[in-house]
Amino acid sequence: MRDKKLVASIRDAIISAGLKDGMTISFHHHMRNGDYVLNMVMDEIAAMGFKDLTLNATALFDIHMPLIDHIKNGVVTTLMTNYMSAGLGKQICAGVMENPVQFRTHGTRPDDIIHGRTPIDIAFVAAPQSDDMGNCTGKYGKSACGSFGYAIVDAQYAKKTVVITDELVEYPMVGFTVPEVYVDYVVVVDAIGDPNGIVSGTTRITRDPVGLVMAQTAAKVVEHSGLLVDGFSFQTGAGGATLAGAKYLKDIMLAKGIKGSYVMGGITKYLVEMLQAGCFKTILDGQTFDLDSIDSLRNDPRHQEVSLYHYAGPNAPSCIVNSLDTIFAGATEVDVDFNVNVHTDSNGIIMGGSGGHSDICAGAKMAVIITPMFRNRLPMIRDRVTTITTPGKDIDVLVTQGGVAVNPKNVELKARLQAAGLPIVDIHELQAKAERMTGKPQPIRHGDKVVAEVIYRDGSIIDRIYNTL
Amino acid sequence: MRRSMLFLPGNAPKMIINGNYLGSDAVIFDLEDAVAPDQKDAARLLVRNVLQDIEFDRVETIVRINSIDTPYWMADINAILPQKPDIIMLPKTSCAADVQTVDAYLSQEEAKLGMQNNTVLLMPLIETALGVENAFQIASASDRVTALFLGAEDLTADLRCKRTKEGREIDYARSRMVVAARAAGVEVYDTPFTDVNDDEGIVTDAAYAKSLGFTGKASISPRHIEAINTVFSPTKAEIAYAYEVLEAIALAKEQGKGAIALRGKMIDAPIVNRAKQTIAAAEALGIRKEDL
Repeated sequence: MRDKKLVASIRDAIISAGLKDGMTISFHHHMRNGDYVLNMVMDEIAAMGFKDLTLNATALFDIHMPLIDHIKNGVVTTLMTNYMSAGLGKQICAGVMENPVQFRTHGTRPDDIIHGRTPIDIAFVAAPQSDDMGNCTGKYGKSACGSFGYAIVDAQYAKKTVVITDELVEYPMVGFTVPEVYVDYVVVVDAIGDPNGIVSGTTRITRDPVGLVMAQTAAKVVEHSGLLVDGFSFQTGAGGATLAGAKYLKDIMLAKGIKGSYVMGGITKYLVEMLQAGCFKTILDGQTFDLDSIDSLRNDPRHQEVSLYHYAGPNAPSCIVNSLDTIFAGATEVDVDFNVNVHTDSNGIIMGGSGGHSDICAGAKMAVIITPMFRNRLPMIRDRVTTITTPGKDIDVLVTQGGVAVNPKNVELKARLQAAGLPIVDIHELQAKAERMTGKPQPIRHGDKVVAEVIYRDGSIIDRIYNTL
Repeated sequence: MRRSMLFLPGNAPKMIINGNYLGSDAVIFDLEDAVAPDQKDAARLLVRNVLQDIEFDRVETIVRINSIDTPYWMADINAILPQKPDIIMLPKTSCAADVQTVDAYLSQEEAKLGMQNNTVLLMPLIETALGVENAFQIASASDRVTALFLGAEDLTADLRCKRTKEGREIDYARSRMVVAARAAGVEVYDTPFTDVNDDEGIVTDAAYAKSLGFTGKASISPRHIEAINTVFSPTKAEIAYAYEVLEAIALAKEQGKGAIALRGKMIDAPIVNRAKQTIAAAEALGIRKEDL
């Protein structure tokens, strides 16, 4: 006899799943800043009078601002996330929460769930397409988000999993990502998100001339690193100069006829074009950023969906980041010991988080950070970063518009890049250069209440973020 | 070596402070067309302060002042000259007298500041029909003139023709400019290619300018700089050939021969001179023989 998983409402699903005060619930962020599901579920939970919950989300965006009220009202008392955008960050730094927010990396979060350190009682999985038994995916549907990399682990390892969809299809759905065996309840709602906030119609490369200059330099760093040979593997971010770096790298790979192995990361059409041009054998996709990439994921078997545990689980028997040759990543600040901050701005206010930053920098043979020496009036190379996200030991090269600094541990790499004519500068010299233009900022003042802990890949607390005054 | 010159609006601080890092050989801080009349004072002060406080170790600095038929040019020079930019660009130069007027004022002000005469050079911008006709006189009007620069936008308005991407309407002006500048022994720069989104068009346009004899080209977009630098740099093959020519000549001298053939072609004086120019350009770009 067929099971009955379809329930009439989110409230029914919450009741059926057995939510109790003090439990842990989880959400993924494939709907990004277009997500309706977290707010819908939390509003219902608050209305039902639950208290003292732990909310474990892969990332939180400003669309989730209503969460602040649930925190103030004691519905949520512990928050775990890998990223938090600035609106929420400001509130957290103002000290709205008693317990510090626990920041993990994209690899550490699933690792901690799977190995029982942060078990999940109920996972609420927003699914762009599902059948009535919960076979579901992000690849299809009006709210399609592409890869379901964040959702896979939550669905599989939570004690109860609730799939929330706005497109129910006939059983069995074709092309599911999460199979029904991990799903307990299915709820149909009008909309799980705003498609405009979920993916962009098309990703554009930065037009910022400084960003382009840095991107070009970063591509040359890879070209002369000794790593750009057949079998090359690569990850880049989707933002700012890092994506532009991929475009320049593509030109170099095509000119030299390099046949790479895999490219991963937030996937955009530029990486899809690299696959199609023969620069890589496959795309390993943990999250998808634009419509062209979703299309590629649906139609091209070389474009593969992977879970975030497979991507970067530090205690997995093996994971993809550990086979990376090189990565491009950004920074809000870097310091003279190559520590990188992507958690807080220069005033110490939360505006991001590691995401996969620490994972890819730890895994790759060469981690390249691309960041300008200064932004507006602020120097970006500091004596000590405001918050350590990724330790300097994992960073190999810093590319700025004013030159390239190589971590002193990389003697051979530095010599190679120097011989290739790249503008190699000592990081202290870059700092001095920037400060000659901007002056040295006064140290920021903060309170003594810890509002967030940054948990590194090995489980240690690598830094703490304090309340603003 | 000056291949590319990048225009930066004099009232755009974000662009200006990064002028050192955008890859061009020179930057032109514009006080003229990019700046509205009610912004002239602000731009002049901003450019002055930037030249005073910010390090420009990777680029030559050029300031485009306002033309001598405006009330601004002397105030521009008064503000800018003490900061010793490398070059002052004089727009709408139409005759030798224009150059001499500015030259005299610069000499007077340099003396007042205790600077050596001709510390700051001049680059006349030729963008009128009269200017094109007087190009040689302009280029020879003063020792301060280091290069001519052709501005096609204003010129085509003056010629009453349409400015096109192909640029056939400025063929005469381009050729005239190159001949005049070379005759006067100064460098010569081509007009910007204004479609900032056309990444192939810039290469074609720059290559054409190079084929006519231009030294380099100006740009209004940082995105065009790399294409310009590439087009106006000698290629590795050209540099390698230049070394071969010089080696062949050295060998001929050793053997007491007057002339020598290289790959079936006689090596004569013009070829030797060109080889020397190519090697000088390569050395200026830091390309060594062992890099080839």
